[in-house]
Amino acid sequence: MSDINPSHLDERIKAESLVTRLMKRPELGAIAGVVLLLIFFLITADPAMFSLSGVINFMTPASQLGILAIGAALLMIGGEFDLSIGSMIAFAGLFFGVCLVNWGLPLIAAIPMTLIFAAFFGAVNGTIVLRSGLPSFIVTLAGLFIFRGLALVGLKVATDGSTQLRGVREAIEGDWLAPIFSGDAFQGLFLWLAEQGWVDTFKSGAPKVTGIPVEIIWFLIFAIAATYFLLRTPAGNWIFAAGGDKVAASNSGVPVKSVKTSLFMLTACCAAFVAIITVLDAGSTDARRGFMKEFEAIIAAVIGGCLLTGGYGSAIGAFFGSIIFGMVVIGLTYTDFDQDWFQVFLGGMLLVAVLFNNAIRKRVTGER
Amino acid sequence: MSTDSKFHHGQVTVDAQPILEMHDIRKHFGNIIALAGVSFDIKPGECHCLLGDNGAGKSTFIKTMSGVHQPSAGKMLINGQERVLESPRDAMESGIATVFQDLAMIPLMSVTRNFFMGREPTIGRGLTKRFDVKTANEITMEQMRKMGINLRGPDQAVGTLSGGERQTVAIARAVYFGAKVLILDEPTSALGVRQTSNVLATIDRVRSEGVGVVFISHNVRHALAVGDRFTVLNRGKTLGTATRGEISPEELQDLMAGGQELAKMEGSLGGTV
Repeated sequence: MSDINPSHLDERIKAESLVTRLMKRPELGAIAGVVLLLIFFLITADPAMFSLSGVINFMTPASQLGILAIGAALLMIGGEFDLSIGSMIAFAGLFFGVCLVNWGLPLIAAIPMTLIFAAFFGAVNGTIVLRSGLPSFIVTLAGLFIFRGLALVGLKVATDGSTQLRGVREAIEGDWLAPIFSGDAFQGLFLWLAEQGWVDTFKSGAPKVTGIPVEIIWFLIFAIAATYFLLRTPAGNWIFAAGGDKVAASNSGVPVKSVKTSLFMLTACCAAFVAIITVLDAGSTDARRGFMKEFEAIIAAVIGGCLLTGGYGSAIGAFFGSIIFGMVVIGLTYTDFDQDWFQVFLGGMLLVAVLFNNAIRKRVTGER
Repeated sequence: MSTDSKFHHGQVTVDAQPILEMHDIRKHFGNIIALAGVSFDIKPGECHCLLGDNGAGKSTFIKTMSGVHQPSAGKMLINGQERVLESPRDAMESGIATVFQDLAMIPLMSVTRNFFMGREPTIGRGLTKRFDVKTANEITMEQMRKMGINLRGPDQAVGTLSGGERQTVAIARAVYFGAKVLILDEPTSALGVRQTSNVLATIDRVRSEGVGVVFISHNVRHALAVGDRFTVLNRGKTLGTATRGEISPEELQDLMAGGQELAKMEGSLGGTV
């Protein structure tokens, strides 16, 4: 063509402003949300919220949700849903508790067994969805009830009629793996910081914050690993492709079915991981564990920029989405507002996020 | 566009060995005879147009060439060797790439991610084995530049490209991954004038690299603008192959329509079909 000159830039392409480029990042909405909430709570909340112990207070629930939300985000990018992850927390928690208390297994055996157990049910979910071609929404909704029910029935069998399984703390007494999955990390560091007078201490000289809860560390590891995996590995590209258009992806040689099945397994494993951490933390497991968590995880993923239709989103977005969740739930207790406002808040954020994501998607795809 | 287009045409040596030959291909689906003896061949560096009206059997025939269907009867030769293609993957490995109308592109993903979808280059070993984004971006930008498309950046989403540009990305991808024969299924049917000429220019570029292009169309003007040879398919049979210059647009149009009816109408339409 005579009118295309490869050595020239197309005169109709304007240089993009920084704002426009930022607008195209899926996680932008979540980061903006965090900033807005920070401003809101800086104005309305007790300053104690932003002390070290305050931050740890809201980061702990954020982390427990976040590990789940990152799994859910990857699955959503891959174009599927899993509504059964909340129930999976209870179900895997039951299995984990039984391993420790009833069978007396050490953590080194119980943890991998619990993860494999969850992965198996994740694979079942995935296989049903892919074989039947039904929407994952409805298949995993069935899972939501089945796993919750199984957790309840199983608990009664394991404990002779109770819905709570106790004695986990005694069972793991002295287990060398326990500090990696429960309690606080970097206790020595905090003791040292207290001696130096750099963190708040009690009168006895012991630091008020004894360390960083391990779930926060795990949350960071999950977020970094998932982001790397998504953006810097071929398999990450396959997740986007499988969620964007499964026919196009498989025509191009992407193993769509195994990608999706693995994602279902991964999400279930994330749920099991949360179960392991919370069971060890509480020293017991019960059938209500993880109730409604599937929805909260999806909310965090959507606030983080995941599209409900798949093919777009980010793990780091889900990370910030979870922090938003933690800030709202815990932050309101530092203010004069009734804490029950948090549901209104969360629903509102979800709605804003969906509208925002929809507008972004139209920009990215050039729909007019 | 007149018969004499501004594109230069392929310099095909007449006696060059065809890369792909199809002899008397027949395909039956139950009692339906979709192909009743189609012969076709493609040489390196030429654009061979396959013309035919809707229902002439074009789709069935290209699916047979690209390994989706296996012929009920007939011979298929690749580089002179008789072959049976078991699957589209088999065809791709033999250097036959097909760009179907849906293009196998994902609008939400970047051009680079689409370009390397399913064939990502990696760097490192073992646990550090990762998607080599830098190389992928560089290759994509370079290939796109060669095809005359200036991207804002390698991370530009495919959804922001025009239909013609998307077609070009799909063609560039097929060629980059080693296509010797490129089958294009109606690449211009949904495009405007300007985008059509971009795609025709892309075909011209690809041909000049020695790739044999099979251009499927029902638009005679698009075919004449870029084609070297023309084969007309009607009711599952080849009506014949003509070389460029041997045949006028009117004759081609008549052949495609299978005879008279359109010829009569053409008078009143003033040759605008």
